[in-house]
Amino acid sequence: MDLKYSDEERAFADEIRAFVRAELDPAVRERVLNHKRLSKEDFLGWHRKLHEKGWVAPNWPKAYGGCGWNAVNRFIHEEVLAEEGAPPIVAFGINMIGPVLIAFGSDAQKQYYLPRILSGEDWWCQGFSEPGSGSDLASLRTKAVLDGDHWVVTGQKTWTTLAQYADLIFCLVRTDATVKKQDGISMLLIDMNSPGIIVRPIITIDGEHEVNEVFFDDVRVPKDNIVGEPGKGWTYAKFLLSHERSGIARVGQAKRELCRLKAIAKAELVDGVPLIETKTFREKIAAVEIELMALELTNLRMIAAEKSGQAPGAEANMLKIKGSEVQQSLTELMMEAVGPYALPFDPDALEQGWNGEPIGPDYAAPLAGTYFNYRKVSIYGGSNEIQRNILSKSLLGL
Amino acid sequence: MDFSLSETQRMLAETTDRLVRDRYGFEDRKKILAGPDGFSRPMWATFAELGLTGLGIAEEYDGLGGSMGDMAVVAESFGRALVVEPYMPTLVLGAGTLGLVGSDAQQAEILPQVAAGTCFLALAHGEPKSRYTLCHVETQAAADGGDYLLSGAKAVVLGGDAADHFLVSARTDGTTSAPHGISLFLVPRAAPGLTIRAYPNIDGTRAAELTLDRVRVPGSALLGQAGQALPTIAHAIDRAIAYLCAEAVGAMQALNALTLDYLKTRTQFGHPIGAFQVLQHRMVDMEVALEQARSMAILAADRADDPHPHERVRAVSAAKVQIGRSGRMIGQASVQMHGGIGITDEYAGGHYFKRLTLIDRTFGDADHHLVRFAAAAA
Repeated sequence: MDLKYSDEERAFADEIRAFVRAELDPAVRERVLNHKRLSKEDFLGWHRKLHEKGWVAPNWPKAYGGCGWNAVNRFIHEEVLAEEGAPPIVAFGINMIGPVLIAFGSDAQKQYYLPRILSGEDWWCQGFSEPGSGSDLASLRTKAVLDGDHWVVTGQKTWTTLAQYADLIFCLVRTDATVKKQDGISMLLIDMNSPGIIVRPIITIDGEHEVNEVFFDDVRVPKDNIVGEPGKGWTYAKFLLSHERSGIARVGQAKRELCRLKAIAKAELVDGVPLIETKTFREKIAAVEIELMALELTNLRMIAAEKSGQAPGAEANMLKIKGSEVQQSLTELMMEAVGPYALPFDPDALEQGWNGEPIGPDYAAPLAGTYFNYRKVSIYGGSNEIQRNILSKSLLGL
Repeated sequence: MDFSLSETQRMLAETTDRLVRDRYGFEDRKKILAGPDGFSRPMWATFAELGLTGLGIAEEYDGLGGSMGDMAVVAESFGRALVVEPYMPTLVLGAGTLGLVGSDAQQAEILPQVAAGTCFLALAHGEPKSRYTLCHVETQAAADGGDYLLSGAKAVVLGGDAADHFLVSARTDGTTSAPHGISLFLVPRAAPGLTIRAYPNIDGTRAAELTLDRVRVPGSALLGQAGQALPTIAHAIDRAIAYLCAEAVGAMQALNALTLDYLKTRTQFGHPIGAFQVLQHRMVDMEVALEQARSMAILAADRADDPHPHERVRAVSAAKVQIGRSGRMIGQASVQMHGGIGITDEYAGGHYFKRLTLIDRTFGDADHHLVRFAAAAA
């Protein structure tokens, strides 16, 4: 038993930290740390820096331009990047469709798409959820019918994150309505510029435009743009959702947010006493810090098991549940920390280059919005209730 | 980073698991509890034969050596079986504290007997009014020639009914809650003026209230330096907490297994009750609580002897909070999902619930350690 990182692992973390500090645009870092709005270029600029260094795809095999790192190094990479205030690597290409193509794509698809994912040339989005198919994803109704050399796609996707930036969408579609619902699903790769696609923003309760509805009206998709075999889309989707799990608990980000929470609670005064020194609030912070300590160790235990050759299993679902709870607690406490200055709504203050007079403390503007926005984390990627359903079957045999 | 057990730990786990499987079933335990001592001296002799009473004791005193991580392996196994013998009081609080602060002569007198399985120890520190505050010591130790005269009361002394020697804290200086001025003394059970009121705890373990009325001990009974015992006591109790955390993980694991089995076998409305989603999700949450607790118990054992007290305190208190919360959640949910059977004496489940509940009350509950952690974090 040795709970400390090895010398090599510490050196690896130091190397990554030094790189982030040298290469990350300070303005972008400031926006990440202070919950300001990130532009497409903020994400992509950093993506390209990581790509030039060869560090953008820790989970891909070396043969495809990835790092080929083990689970521990992938975890360290993710954690250090988050702690240092780097924008998250956009997951849709690197963590989602990339691994699916590597495992199930045709040679032509791999040769064409994978380098473009690595370089950031293509921005992908995910076409899974539909208005009538949330937790019951397999009931999806967007259909694709073969017509000569093309699939003709009709239907609607929703909750499509950052579709407004996307060049391509990987889409679950029904290609056979006569079989069991899971067996009639295929995965298509669709150009977002195809005629017949309309993207409509969904504004969330924090006033932000992050998610969208995507409508497909007789969209013609080349026949070869199917992943693997028809009818196997459900299998590929499950592979996608279970593939990259070392980062699912978002430990690095949570540690960063805990530091921010403490900084805010030090700056806020209650009758002249820093909030962090008041009994009730200090104990609330301590409670979430302990939750986070336990989460980090649980994550490390699972990663160590993965590194030693055990396949990631039910544990990822646990990490999703606890990780989302910790993130939500942190956003809630940050909002709580600013007291009445949680009330003002000033979305302009989150915009790049805004240099107006803040309402209240300069850190207050994004906090309530982030709290409202972060209710999403226990809903997306399989709600926490769905995670419990999965664990109940896979871990408990119920 | 490596979370696997060492070779020694694997052997310890095998030894203790086999022992409790073969000889410490729930029915065996009932007989042990019903015996004259409330625990089994033959069982203790078996612990000694297997080397368990030498764990953590230096080899020069006939022990096997070993870290808190090694003891945690035993603790987890004992937790699964709800072992009631005074192992933690004797080995961790007694022998462990002697190892931290005892002189060569003191260790040589006592520790080989402990290793041989012929001597029980107990730390008599808490007092009727101290709750969980370690510096609250009213018991006085008055110098009298070369001797000390100890007077006061000690509360809920774990293993106090069986102890042959007590490690008693008393003030040689300072006011009631002063951190300085607390000293530790080795007091034999037969010392004149020492009254022991022994009793069972509600979970089957045993304890005692001590009254000291001018108990005379020689100067050689002083453990460590006069007036400097508080850091030692805090360290010793942190080690005991690390042990209890591992024991609690064993108990939680066993209780989760019982509960899951019950969900699969108990039928209502024509289905095993585990088919109902409301119970499935609750059971999943119990498993998550167990894994979080296990992570923190590992951390506590790893840091229990950390040379930086700050690191030790943070890890141990955080673990105690997690164990307290996980144990409460698992215990209450298990009873609820069992229905009435969960609170019957004849069923094992309720006994795990009791043990977990008392572990949270021992050496500071979750609320107490949340405050201690917050103070250490700031």
